[in-house]
Amino acid sequence: MHSRFRSSMRITIAIALAATALVPALAQGQKATKSWSMPKTPDGVPDLQGYWTNNSYTPLERPKDVTKEFYTKDELKVVEKAAAAREAEQTEPGTVADVHYDFTQFGLDRSQTRLTENMRTSMIIDPPDGKLPAVTAEGQKRAADRAAERRAQGAQYDKVQNIVLGSRCIFMNAGPPMMPPGYNPAYQIVQGPGVVMILIEMLHEVRVIPTDGRPHAPASVRSWLGDARGHWEGDTLVVETTNFNDKAAFRGASENMKVVERFTRLSDDEIRYQFTVTDPSTWERPWTAQMPFAKINGPIFEHACHEGNYGIANTLAGARLAEKKATEDAAKKGGDATKKTGDK
Amino acid sequence: MHPRLVGTIVLAVGLLVPLLISAQGPSPTAAYRAPRTKDGKPNINGVWQALNEANWDLEGHGAAPGPFWQLGAEFAVPPSLGVVEGGTIPYKPEALQKRKTNFADRMHLDPEVKCYLPGVPRAMYMPHPFQIVQSTDYTMMAFEYAGALRTIYMNKQQAPADSWMGWSNGRWEGETLVIDTTDFNDQSWFDRAGNFHSEALHVVERLTPASPDHLNYEATIEDPNVFTRPWKISMPLYRRVDRNAQILEFKCVEFAEDVIYGALRKVPLK
Repeated sequence: MHSRFRSSMRITIAIALAATALVPALAQGQKATKSWSMPKTPDGVPDLQGYWTNNSYTPLERPKDVTKEFYTKDELKVVEKAAAAREAEQTEPGTVADVHYDFTQFGLDRSQTRLTENMRTSMIIDPPDGKLPAVTAEGQKRAADRAAERRAQGAQYDKVQNIVLGSRCIFMNAGPPMMPPGYNPAYQIVQGPGVVMILIEMLHEVRVIPTDGRPHAPASVRSWLGDARGHWEGDTLVVETTNFNDKAAFRGASENMKVVERFTRLSDDEIRYQFTVTDPSTWERPWTAQMPFAKINGPIFEHACHEGNYGIANTLAGARLAEKKATEDAAKKGGDATKKTGDK
Repeated sequence: MHPRLVGTIVLAVGLLVPLLISAQGPSPTAAYRAPRTKDGKPNINGVWQALNEANWDLEGHGAAPGPFWQLGAEFAVPPSLGVVEGGTIPYKPEALQKRKTNFADRMHLDPEVKCYLPGVPRAMYMPHPFQIVQSTDYTMMAFEYAGALRTIYMNKQQAPADSWMGWSNGRWEGETLVIDTTDFNDQSWFDRAGNFHSEALHVVERLTPASPDHLNYEATIEDPNVFTRPWKISMPLYRRVDRNAQILEFKCVEFAEDVIYGALRKVPLK
């Protein structure tokens, strides 16, 4: 996309975003009044249904040079503008990133999707310094072992298994915890009797969460998304997930990680999403983060990522071609040398 | 025979037949009335699964060896009476030829080998459970296989684009959930036998609760590019009554990567 057109489009989008940004502000203002009451499903539990986004530039951990918990509105504007600029720069025409595709096309970068309004300087609210707790000795050893194992498997493009999970369409932002992905942070919540479903558009993921009080699956049943069980505490949906495999490894966690998520609808337009991660074999203490989910327009659509994954095959084929060319070039050099020697 | 006597016999038999059927348990025609959801619809929430061999071949077939001799009897094809009404799928001649070549090259072409989305109706009878979740505006189907998903819009919506699982609009006709699905791509198959369709596929499914623990399922399949006329499959779907039954995670991409990309490894697989 031509950069001038792009920046004029940006301005239009910025205006549109500014307009929509007013909506949550108004909704929050209304919270104090009695005009809003918790919507309920036909089964009588809080109704969380609809399409949602957790699109955000807020980092999980508080940046090094920031000491306070909240930005002012003006400060946040500056931070978000800088972050949006960094994303746009990734895909300047003629750069390596641009070979993939212009990241700002199709609304892929965060500045073109509705941003949630979060004044926090970090998602982490506990520990109070906004940083992940110290990693245990066991956690450090596991990280080193995993790194060594990866090195033993060879270079990134030696085989598909060495490529990152997201590019392989295996695991992205379904979590839990559900962190905002680099792009397309779209979710849908659907509720039926005794069950809450969270649809994650990326990789057509579904979390089917029973809220009927059943026990967890046996400990031998391990999976990427873990085994989720929900219950209601007042108006809050509490979801406890265990039984992770040792490959998801959220932030270096072990398969013993337990995630407890809390979903509280604050208005028609916002769900407060809070999660606590407990994994004593990785972190010296549990930690908690929080972010808003804001309402967006639906529908979400089938993301047949694996089915259309030409990138992996092309990347691997490219790597093999590069190796072949390197071997041929080396042989040619060697061959020339031999020829010269033979001539003598 | 005196016409009046014939009439009497017919009447008597007519009265007896429903009695005989009800003595044998609920039949598809007997009016079973399902429990209701809070918003008054037949309640079909739960975990369901077909118990048949349709995923190997919709048509009736005898037992057959599996694709690789090394697998022995474990992955051999189980026999089936078939689920196609009338027994045979009404292919156009050239399409029948394609079914044959599909089957011959199935280990390369069957989307299931590659962990691709199963499409419709195949998702409904794969040998994995799926879960129905009923909300007011949506009936969701979450499939264990490949984490496939169907959103059935109960308030009719237009498809934005073609897809593997198609675009489904649903409505209740009495006790029956009728699902109309269009806007498919041409990539999915109906089974491991190479039965296939084009992007003109149109599927109308009818799910009717027949007892607390089973649904009668039928699908009418229409695709003028491939078939000479619409045809129908039918089968029961059973509730997984196992204690705490749930769909589990079957993310099969990992299992299929070497089949798809193995030849592109730096050190080829042996």
